[in-house]
Amino acid sequence: MNSQKENLNPSRSMQAGALVGIGIMAGVDEIIFHQILAWHHFYDGSTTEVALLTDGLLHAAELVAIVAGFFLLMDLRRSNALINIRAWAGFFLGLGGFQLFDGIVDHKVLRLHQVRYVDNLLPYDLGWNAVGLLLLLIGLFLLKKARQSDKNSVSVAA
Amino acid sequence: MEHHSSHHLSGSSVAEWIPMLLVVTLALGYVSALVKLKSKDLTWSAWHSISFGLGTGLLGIALHPQLMQWAHHDLRGHMVQHLLLGMFAPIFLVLGAPVTLALKTLPVKVARGVTAILRSKVFYLFSHPVVALLLNIGGMYILYLTPLYNVSLTQPWLHYIIHLHFLLAGYLFCWSMIGLEPVPQRPGLRVRIFVLFLNIALHAFLSKLMYAYLLPHNSPHPEEQIREAAKLMYYWGDLSELLLTIALFALWYQKRHRSKNQISSLSVS
Repeated sequence: MNSQKENLNPSRSMQAGALVGIGIMAGVDEIIFHQILAWHHFYDGSTTEVALLTDGLLHAAELVAIVAGFFLLMDLRRSNALINIRAWAGFFLGLGGFQLFDGIVDHKVLRLHQVRYVDNLLPYDLGWNAVGLLLLLIGLFLLKKARQSDKNSVSVAA
Repeated sequence: MEHHSSHHLSGSSVAEWIPMLLVVTLALGYVSALVKLKSKDLTWSAWHSISFGLGTGLLGIALHPQLMQWAHHDLRGHMVQHLLLGMFAPIFLVLGAPVTLALKTLPVKVARGVTAILRSKVFYLFSHPVVALLLNIGGMYILYLTPLYNVSLTQPWLHYIIHLHFLLAGYLFCWSMIGLEPVPQRPGLRVRIFVLFLNIALHAFLSKLMYAYLLPHNSPHPEEQIREAAKLMYYWGDLSELLLTIALFALWYQKRHRSKNQISSLSVS
């Protein structure tokens, strides 16, 4: 029992979860908003070469992140090092972090594309970033719970 | 794959079947090695054989005369062929571990020769992920950004060389990414992941450039066709990169387990 506890790896559990979260959110954006709703496309006619290259780098990073994250989680579980609640905290932090990053950096700073091409963009931008913030808060809440349960188990052991 | 015996073939169409014949020869070579392996009582994972079979099947589709004809006048066809030859087929062929199979079944003298090549510095350099990346994605940038593509439309021999390059460079790249076959030294996992990341980004970037600037320039293809081809390259290319990434990490996962077990069994004894 004790040796199993020592095996646990909180920071790597969270990192692996975060990698999956970032990748999934990026994938959701591509599949739902690009492909199904077609609100925005992969090229909108006004973006520059630099923006296209940045977009390509982001896209590559998310694809590698999602696969790497899944295999890291599997590897942690195989060696009994996975802490579920930490992985979930990382997952939601990754989801929310990417959504906010996409909403602020991609849409507003780099201007790669907008959420939807309508006259009044503000509700879409607010909605997009509010969802990101909500997911981020869920992640922080889970992280807090994970820390509390760590403290409890330490005090029990003491 | 086996319909080439059918019907009366005219002179020109016989030549069209030559690439297919080469693919069939490749598949037969693998099968005969498997037979030899069985007579030697050596084990071989069925997954390797299935994967290699899939790979040659994809090559067969890519080099089918009908697809070749479509690819010759339509950029979408060209792109489908490029995706099959340079991106999808190589993954499955590499996972078939043909070099390992050859080393196990070739006569000892020949196998030693192969090992010597694999150990050589030239081979290490050539199969280095960065070199493989340049050959693979660099070739595509040259093809679509220079007049080379338009020249290839009028020069059949150039057309064949480009196909061969797609296949060989794609194979070399997948081989250097998926650390399956035994070589004395191989660049570390971080290098390989970083190069794979660059490859995905550069492929996505090139396909968007093609879409945005209607590349290759001055080609006889209508605008809409170029856009469709660029989209095929982007989305289907992505799927193949996803498969390659999964293959890379799955092998890492498998090897890590093996080495861990070896360490624990060593520490026990």
